[in-house]
Amino acid sequence: MTAIRAYARTHIREPNTIAYIALLLSAILFPLIIQFATNGNGDYLVGVAADGGVYMLMAIGLNVVVGFAGLLDLGYAAFFAIGSYTYAILASGHLAATPFGHAIHLPFWIVLFVAMFVAAAAGVLLGAPTLRLRGDYLAIVTLGFGEIVPQVFSNGGVWTGGVPGMSALDVPKLPFWIQGPWVNQPLGFTTEEFRFTTANLTAYYVLMVFLIIGVVVLINNLQHSRLGRAWMAVRENESAAAACGVNTVSIKLLAFSIGAATSGFAGAFYGAKLSYVSSENFGFIVSVTVLSMVVLGGMGNIPGAMIGSIVLYFILFQFLPNAPAQFEQLATSFGLDSLNHATADWPGLGEEVGRMKYVIFGLVLVGIMLLRPQGLLPSQVRKQELTHTGHHEIAQEAK
Amino acid sequence: MSDSILRVSGVTKRFGGLVAVDNVTFDVPTGEVFALIGPNGAGKTTLFNCITGVYKPTLGTVTFLDKDLTGAPPHRAAKAGIGRTFQNIRLFEYMSALDNVRLGHHSRMKSYLWDSLFKTPRERREEREVTTYSMDLLKLVGLDRHAESYARNLAYGQQRRLEIARALATEPKLLLLDEPAAGFTPQEKVELMELVGTIIKRGITVFLIEHDMKVVMQASQRIAVLDHGEKIAEGTPAEVRGNHRVIEAYLGKSA
Repeated sequence: MTAIRAYARTHIREPNTIAYIALLLSAILFPLIIQFATNGNGDYLVGVAADGGVYMLMAIGLNVVVGFAGLLDLGYAAFFAIGSYTYAILASGHLAATPFGHAIHLPFWIVLFVAMFVAAAAGVLLGAPTLRLRGDYLAIVTLGFGEIVPQVFSNGGVWTGGVPGMSALDVPKLPFWIQGPWVNQPLGFTTEEFRFTTANLTAYYVLMVFLIIGVVVLINNLQHSRLGRAWMAVRENESAAAACGVNTVSIKLLAFSIGAATSGFAGAFYGAKLSYVSSENFGFIVSVTVLSMVVLGGMGNIPGAMIGSIVLYFILFQFLPNAPAQFEQLATSFGLDSLNHATADWPGLGEEVGRMKYVIFGLVLVGIMLLRPQGLLPSQVRKQELTHTGHHEIAQEAK
Repeated sequence: MSDSILRVSGVTKRFGGLVAVDNVTFDVPTGEVFALIGPNGAGKTTLFNCITGVYKPTLGTVTFLDKDLTGAPPHRAAKAGIGRTFQNIRLFEYMSALDNVRLGHHSRMKSYLWDSLFKTPRERREEREVTTYSMDLLKLVGLDRHAESYARNLAYGQQRRLEIARALATEPKLLLLDEPAAGFTPQEKVELMELVGTIIKRGITVFLIEHDMKVVMQASQRIAVLDHGEKIAEGTPAEVRGNHRVIEAYLGKSA
């Protein structure tokens, strides 16, 4: 108990601890507040948040590649696509329509990990020949890879569903579920199958929260291990790291495949929730968006990447699409209703804002980077590790 | 040849038309301080880079502990037991002094990816051990009070010593020091020579490049002299000091 208290005391003031606590609290409170604010009709918004979680997972994974190991990956969406297509092929009736002739319906929980390993393997395949390249060259190669993969899927004919993609994918199921007074049953387990459907988006949200917690814990462990140290060293000075016995190629490959695995994980979830995959969803814009999330949030810091993903996702998928209507309302409430009407040389405020959408987005990005070039929550000195293991005491004991 | 830890035989390194190292052969005896001297541009650092795998020699072989190490990549040279420092300090600037040293121990640690992902007891124990071990090395070079400072915030002399501690953390049998006393005050040079003595006592052979003749003559048992990529002399400090080719190389021919 005293150990926990001491731990809490040394950690409570750290920005990362505060960020983690805030993130966890808002993850728990978000659906409650939304449902309360919308009188129980907030399921759609909770589902949007679950989609945002997909981007958050990707940002956490890309942070390993870009933030920890310092490798610029511009084709990260490729691994996301690979994860989604793996799910689509292994968990739908699709294969029955191919020369293979039998549909495969593996459970979501298994395909989640299969997709992860397939994406990681793709990461190794791409990384092995290219990670000898440095900086800009690597960026161009990954850019090419990111363009090729969706093309391959859209030209995969009957195997990948071609341009329209694949639909009617299986939904995740749980063999049992908790029941209780809220469904007029005594508290306990029911053996009735629980299906994640579009009618119950909160279930996807909860699932996503658990996935993110798992991934954050594992990657946080990695960051504070010998591997995390080696990534940092390779980023700082590759030749010195090599002289210290770090196999720079394999350590970079590891970062690359761990990033890919996380993306594949996110891809499988995305496929399951949407129940549909199409190569159009995995373009360059996805890679760039995720990269912006990492840079904007604070490269090399996990909660930074998470906060970056929330901010950008909100701006891109919530604020900007709704901006025209909201600007119109704003104008009306200020009594400037005339602005909303189109004239010969004025398209109307809503229309104008809609056209300016990406200008606004660009301005927000530039603004944030000017105000906080280091990111919203930059990586801190790795002090926590030093102070809490108390190496002075350990060194004393060793004498 | 078990009394020599490193054997450089017939090593030549060409960069296009430039011959940086020209057919150099020597043995580094086990347990002694061996020095490589020579005027600027003589090819000393290039030779170091050939030994540690940064460059692959154009010709010739590098044998370490009776095993052929010619052209092996740097991390394999480190794993085989060759630690090194750099002429222009190459620390991990934004890592703490302690982390710099802990990184040095990377290739001797046994935790797998699995252990790191799930923070298994084995990985926790190993991290504790490497912390203790690295603190001891920091103490050895007199930096234990700066364990938490960023490497870049250390003073110049401290950075040089931190680099030595990091190289020692690779558990080398042979330590290559590239101009360790460059820019040192006389007092710091004395401390450095004491440190070299301690390292030798730990059973580590030291092979150094140095310009400061006082340091070289006092610290080393054997010296090889390089000029324009060629070895022009080798012997005890007294022999090298009296060698007229060495004097010519440093002072020019008398008219």
